This record gives sequence, structure tokens and C-alpha cells, in this order.
Amino acid sequence: MQITSMHFKARAGKKLADVKLQAALRKLQSNFVKGRADRILELDNFEDIRAAAAAIRDRALASLDVWLEEFERNATARGAVVHWAETTEEANRIVCELAAKYDVRKAVKSKSMVSEECALNDALEAAGVEVVETDLGEYILQLAHEAPSHIVAPVVHKSRDEVSDLFEEKHKLPRKTGIPDLCREAREMLRPHFLSADMGISGANFIIAETGSTLIVTNEGNGRMVTTLPRVHVAITGIEKVVPTLEDVTTLLRLLPRHGTGQSITNYVSLTTGVKGDGDLDGPQHFHIILIDAGRTKLIGSDMQAMLRCIRCGACMNHCPVYQNVGGHAYGWVYPGPMGSILTPIYAGLENALDLPNASTLCNQCGVVCPVKIPLPDLMRKLREKQFERGLKPWPERFGLALWGWAARRPVLYAALSMMGVRLLAWMGGAAKLIHNLPFGGGWSGGRDLPAPQGKTFRELYRQHKRIDRINRTQQD
Amino acid sequence: MRVGLFVTCLVDLMRPGIGFAAIKLLEAAGCEVFVPQSQTCCGQPAYNSGDRASAQALARKLLGEFEACDHVVAPSGSCAGMIRTHYPDLFADQPAELERVQRLCARTYELCDFLVNVAQLKSIKEKSIKTITYHDSCCGLRELGVKSQPRALLAMVQGLSVTEMPEAEVCCGFGGTFAVKFGEISTRLADNKCGAIAATGAEAVVLGDLGCMLNIEGRLRRRGDMKTQVLHIAEVLAGTE
Repeated sequence: MQITSMHFKARAGKKLADVKLQAALRKLQSNFVKGRADRILELDNFEDIRAAAAAIRDRALASLDVWLEEFERNATARGAVVHWAETTEEANRIVCELAAKYDVRKAVKSKSMVSEECALNDALEAAGVEVVETDLGEYILQLAHEAPSHIVAPVVHKSRDEVSDLFEEKHKLPRKTGIPDLCREAREMLRPHFLSADMGISGANFIIAETGSTLIVTNEGNGRMVTTLPRVHVAITGIEKVVPTLEDVTTLLRLLPRHGTGQSITNYVSLTTGVKGDGDLDGPQHFHIILIDAGRTKLIGSDMQAMLRCIRCGACMNHCPVYQNVGGHAYGWVYPGPMGSILTPIYAGLENALDLPNASTLCNQCGVVCPVKIPLPDLMRKLREKQFERGLKPWPERFGLALWGWAARRPVLYAALSMMGVRLLAWMGGAAKLIHNLPFGGGWSGGRDLPAPQGKTFRELYRQHKRIDRINRTQQD
Repeated sequence: MRVGLFVTCLVDLMRPGIGFAAIKLLEAAGCEVFVPQSQTCCGQPAYNSGDRASAQALARKLLGEFEACDHVVAPSGSCAGMIRTHYPDLFADQPAELERVQRLCARTYELCDFLVNVAQLKSIKEKSIKTITYHDSCCGLRELGVKSQPRALLAMVQGLSVTEMPEAEVCCGFGGTFAVKFGEISTRLADNKCGAIAATGAEAVVLGDLGCMLNIEGRLRRRGDMKTQVLHIAEVLAGTE
């Protein structure tokens, strides 16, 4: 997917002014934020489960190579073929080669954010394969030629009215307005595609080493059709998704739906193990699993490794005050919100996403809600440090901070400068004691006044008080 | 009990009254208050902007200034959080200093947390203000667990009623340099906060961090609300509001 993260600030400004988007984003808070809060109450040992989940992810990452090889062994034993892709381009090439090998004309897809990383649809279409997204949200986006704005609810930025208009235009059927009617219409459009597709492409929420299975959680049932109806099933996912055992997965599944969609469990939890066997009623004849690195191994052993624990629930963005107000498109790549502000600079290049690690107040709401305890604000801060070390910070910021840091280490000078500074600000505040325009601080005063200081610093006043105290005491003596 | 008051740079510059209110409260709780004159900043702006070396230099300076105190108290969850939560990270690779830093961290408190849990302040005189709402500042809340302490202190004030606002725990949008770098987003978050405050109909919003105070007050005034007061909890409790 084309990266446009350099334009975060400008885009965010537009998104703040987009009334329709603002209304759409409010759904997040009422559905997902409240949903998570309610659902975690069902678990009486929630914090223990959360700690266990983080430990399971850490254990998998600590011996990633071992678990991946075990996964490959067990998947292969059940008739699947495992492919290793170092880059997204390589992954696309493998899928296109498979499409050619099996004479694939049409592929149906269930939702996969890794395939968005790869821009797989473009690659397949260029190779002459028709691609149909079957997740309702992704289907809508494909019709509208838009990118997802959320990793769990990709079309959260659109209102029902917009979907009605889109369906009417693209399907050329009478306009529907009710959600059940819209869903039925989409289902009727998709059904022939499921039946005529040669290849089904899915992602994987987890891959399980001990059984060689891929697992997806879905709510619409399209995932089951994609993974069982077509002759060929291709599962495409990141290498970090491996977990050692089925038992481990059950722990993670207690948290993923609760944090993702505010559900105790999703409508479907589908484990796919091997190809269609003798006597099986359904299942693919060919099952290919593509495991993608695309920057992930670089994180192993680095100070950013904790990010690989991520189970893609979306809770960090649902709870992020910045995401809640600008939506996902402002972030400019596949992954938005706090997790995206870390993954985008890592996978797509620090210099291609300069704003993102800084586009957070570090309020730590994301860190508090993360089901696998990723210290997201700490990781954003580490990226800021890398920007600073590589001289990627804008010069006014570098200069301002250097000056501040230099003066703050020299108390006498600092006292003199601050005494002058507060007098100037107090004067600027005038009778109303409010500064409406800050030179060099337009970012602040564009939308806010600055309450003017009292005019003397605390330390100045404190010295005066002490002096008066001393005089009083001497007089009393 | 010798308590070092870390005034914080923003209180020093913008609202010194809060520093005196903190001294009054600490003295009322029976503490001997010590104010190192050379104190400046805890280093948080540098730390959050990726300038680790400057942050470390300022942390080292603060350590020297406050090491001799029994406790360090700051009228700010954000600065106390910087010391207690992040100083150990700054010195993670310097074992000799790390131990000193950790000893300081263990003795560092946000003002309300200290008044309730260490000094155990028992009574507060009646105040002129009657209806307030409380904003939970992010660092105090999520780094130091400051939630019940300010409410416990406010509950001691006779005749004062606290109306909780919706989403009291959601960030006001300050975020240090974020407020200037991403002014439009920051303003929107502040605006949401002002809406939540207005919905309570309280005379004042009370909180424990100067960054949030400047941000919220600045936005309230720009919205044309000249009436709602924005007060630091120390000012309310010490009766200097």
C-alpha cells in the first residue's frame, strides 16, 4: 500500500473538519470502548489472563525460529505447503505464481491486513486475476476504491447513508437503507463469487506450531467460505503470529474479541488444518501458507521487540483520543492509531513517517488497554529518540529544546531568563491576563489563549517571603 | 519529616501561587518543607522529545538537589511520574547511579497522593467555592494511580460538591510539545474536555497538573467562557483560589 504518512498533519486537519467522519467515529466509542469495558468484567481474573497472554507472546517470540519450524513441519505433514517471503514483493510473487500454476481466474479474499501491507490485490490484478473482497467492510471499500481506516472495522469512517448510495450506484439496484437489507444485497452479490472462485485468500490471527493450523476469527461467515469452497486456499500472514500450542490460543482468544469488537467471542473461530482429506465433505485441495517477514525479524532482540506481541485487536486505536478524532486515514498506511504510529516508521521507514511517533500526547490510554501489555507510549518515545539521534527532528524543535535544556542546567542564568520571560508574558496578557497570539507558538494560540503568568516566578517570590520571614523573626527577637 | 518541594517549572513560571498552596498544605500536614533554590525542570520535555542526554543531565541535577530529603513532592502528576516512572529508564545502563535514582523514586510523590497516603492529612477548612468537577490528568492517573486521593481530599472539604464529568479520564490534549506541534488536534481534544466540563455545570474544574490547566483554561477562554474557574487542587485545598 502506498504510504502517505508524511502528510499526517495536513490530513488530520482535514479530518477534524469532516463532519460526516466525526459522526462516524463516535460509533467507536459507544461500541468498542464500552464493549471492551463491559466484556472484561466477565473475567474475574482479567489481569492474570492479560499477564499470561503477554507471557505467551513473549515465549513465542523468544524462540520464534523454533516455533516457526515446528509449525512448518506440522503443516507440511497435513498436506499444506509453507512458503517463506522475506519481503512483501516476494509474497506477492509467490501468490501470483500459485495463481498461474493453478490456472486461477478469480480469487475471493477474507480480511487480511498483511495483504494490505503487500498491496496484494494490485499485484494479482496486474497478473490478470480478478480479486473480490468478501468481508463486508472490505467489500464496501473495494467498491469505493478506498483504503481501510481501522484494522478491525475497516469501513468505520463511512456512514450507512454513504454505503446505501454506493450500493445503489455500483449494484444498480433500488436503494436500500436498513442494515439487514444492505447486508442481504451484499451477500447476494458475493455468493456467485464464492461459488466461482478458484482461489481463496485469507489472513491468520494466529498460526499454531503444535498442529500446523491457521486460525481466523470472523463475524460474517465469509472466512469459512473463503477457506473451504475454492480449490486453492492461500493463507498469508506475518511470522510473528505463531503461538506454540492450542492451549496458548485459548488464552489469547479470551482477550482478542473482547478487546477488538467488545464481544465475549466472535461468531466464528475457524481453525484450518491441512488439505481436504479422503472422506472430508469440503476443504481445499491445495493449501499454501505464506509466512512474511517484511521487517519483523529486525525487531527481534531490539528495543522494539515488544511490538511483535501485537495481536491486532485494535483496542489501542479505539481508545486513543487522537485516533478517535482524526480517524485512520490520516495515518497514511495500513496500520493507524498507536500501534500504527510504531509499525509504520518501523516497516515503512522512520523518515517516511516523521509525524507519527510524535502524534500522541503519551496519555498512555493505549498502554493501559493493550491486552498483551505492549508499552506503546514507551515505544513511541524510543522512536522519537531514534529521530533525534538521526537528526530527523525539525530544527525549531531541536533548537528550542537544546536552548531550554542548556539553560535549565544553569540555575542562575535560568532564573534570570525566566524572570524576564514571565514579565514579558504578563505584559502581553494585559488586563484580561490572556495572551491571544503567541509569536512562534501559533500551534497553541491558533485555537487557545494562553493564560498569562502572574508576573514573578515562584522562586523569586519564595526568596522574598523567606527574607520577610527572616526580618520578622529578627524583629521579634 | 523533611519534604523537598519540587515546584515544577510550569508552576514556577506560570502560577507560583500553586507552589505556596502546596507549602501551606504540607506544613498543615506537619511536614518541614525544603525548597532547593537551584531547581529548574525534571527533564520531561527533553525525554519525550527524544533528547535522552539532556533529560539525563537534568535528572542528575534534580537527584543532587533532592537526595537529602525524606520525601520529594511535586504538585504535578506528570513531573512526579517522570521522576518515579521514567528516571529508572534513563539510568538503566548506569548501575551506580541507578541505585541512587531508585531510592529517590521510591520517595517521590504527587502532592495528593502524598497528603493522603503518607502525611495522612485529616481535615480541611471550608472553602468559598461550592461546585466543582475533577479532571484526571493522564500521568498522575495512569503512571501513579492518582484517582481516589484527590477525591478523598475534596470530600474532606465541607460544603463542597464534586460532580463527575463524562470521560474524566480522557486526555485534555496537552501532551507537552504535542500541544504546539499538533495544535489543531490538541485544540479539538481540549474542546471535547471543555464540553464535558460545561455539561456538569460546575463553577470550577479542578485538577493536578499545570499543563492541563493551561490547556483547558486557554480553550475555555477562547470559547468565550470567562466564568468557569480552572484551579489546581492545591489552591482549592489551601484556600488560596
